[in-house]
Amino acid sequence: MAENEERLRRTMMFVPGNNPAMVKDAGIYGADSIMFDLEDSVSLSEKDAARVLVYEALQTQDYGNAELVVRVNGQDTEFYANDVKAMVKAGIDVIRLPKAESADMVKQLEADILAAEKEFGREVGSTHLMAAIESAKGVLNAPQIAAASDRMIGIALSAEDYTTDMKTHRYPDGAELEFARNMVLHAARAAGVAAFDTVFTNMDDTEGFYRETEYIHQLGFDGKSLVNPRQIEMVNKVYEPTQKEILNAKNVINAIEEARLKGSGVISMNGQMVDRPVVLRAQRVMGLAKASNLVDEEGNYIEK
Amino acid sequence: MEIKDTAVAGTLESSDIQIMISKAADGIQIDLQSDVEKQFGDQIRQVITTTLNNLGINAAKVKAVDKGALDCVIKARTIAAAQRASQTTDQPAWEVL
Repeated sequence: MAENEERLRRTMMFVPGNNPAMVKDAGIYGADSIMFDLEDSVSLSEKDAARVLVYEALQTQDYGNAELVVRVNGQDTEFYANDVKAMVKAGIDVIRLPKAESADMVKQLEADILAAEKEFGREVGSTHLMAAIESAKGVLNAPQIAAASDRMIGIALSAEDYTTDMKTHRYPDGAELEFARNMVLHAARAAGVAAFDTVFTNMDDTEGFYRETEYIHQLGFDGKSLVNPRQIEMVNKVYEPTQKEILNAKNVINAIEEARLKGSGVISMNGQMVDRPVVLRAQRVMGLAKASNLVDEEGNYIEK
Repeated sequence: MEIKDTAVAGTLESSDIQIMISKAADGIQIDLQSDVEKQFGDQIRQVITTTLNNLGINAAKVKAVDKGALDCVIKARTIAAAQRASQTTDQPAWEVL
């Protein structure tokens, strides 16, 4: 697992790799991760041009603190090898493997990344990877896929291909995705990596988008893949902690500090012992509160 | 890199530049169409010429239709068009990227 314990990954925005207007502006919407796509959103005749475009944009454009991800073409395509080489040379943070079905596929990508890092003189281990689960086989192998590499930062469910593979399609209530979502999530948590939910494509159904985002937030997903920058604010709103959660987290963090000052190994709050899961949850809440601009530098709640 | 065919890369959408490269006897000749020709024409020509020279191309006819592309887009489209024109798309010129 790569260094990613506290990194926020609420929103991963898809950007078609051959569209200069979208590639250049991708950094202005405040997505936690930006995913440049060389795969499905690029036609076969433009694969070469998209690869060069994303490469050159990465050299010059400022994408702030966003984590930069590229979805390369599948391992069974003629574009895969050059996609991986170009993106490693470009210094991308994460390479996303589409249609992952086995740990071997991830190991193959890892070997290809390593070879490219050596060829282009990049620091070995600096390029991370993630896998998209898009089939029944991928879902059943998700635990092995998620744990296949030390470079792994997360796994994502891709529902369009998955539901087709399952001989169904997407329904508003998401029942057809229940098993896959839980498998992907458990696989990610067991391997200590992030879990990304699938995209929601109907931009007119705001209510449906909120319903789905609240549901995957409740399950425990880190965040969601997005196709439209308008959805970023909506996801962040769902992930925003409440005032009560923030005040409680602040108390926990104060209690930790107090224990540290006293040199005590036991943390107590209001006479109750605070154990590790509570501490971790408090730290996660404070991270989210900071990202949502709900607390000041010292962690004090800011009234809206 | 040797120009073998006429090839195009890029679109006429906003923020893009469409670049067509074909054979020429000598020198880089650029026919540029751009709404910002007055302010940025020289700069655009410069990026195209430098990129082609870096690819080892010293003779080419270039037709460029600019829709407000950034330098990185001009460079990317020039590389893509040149690689298509020299039939080397599957062996990217890593040293020039």
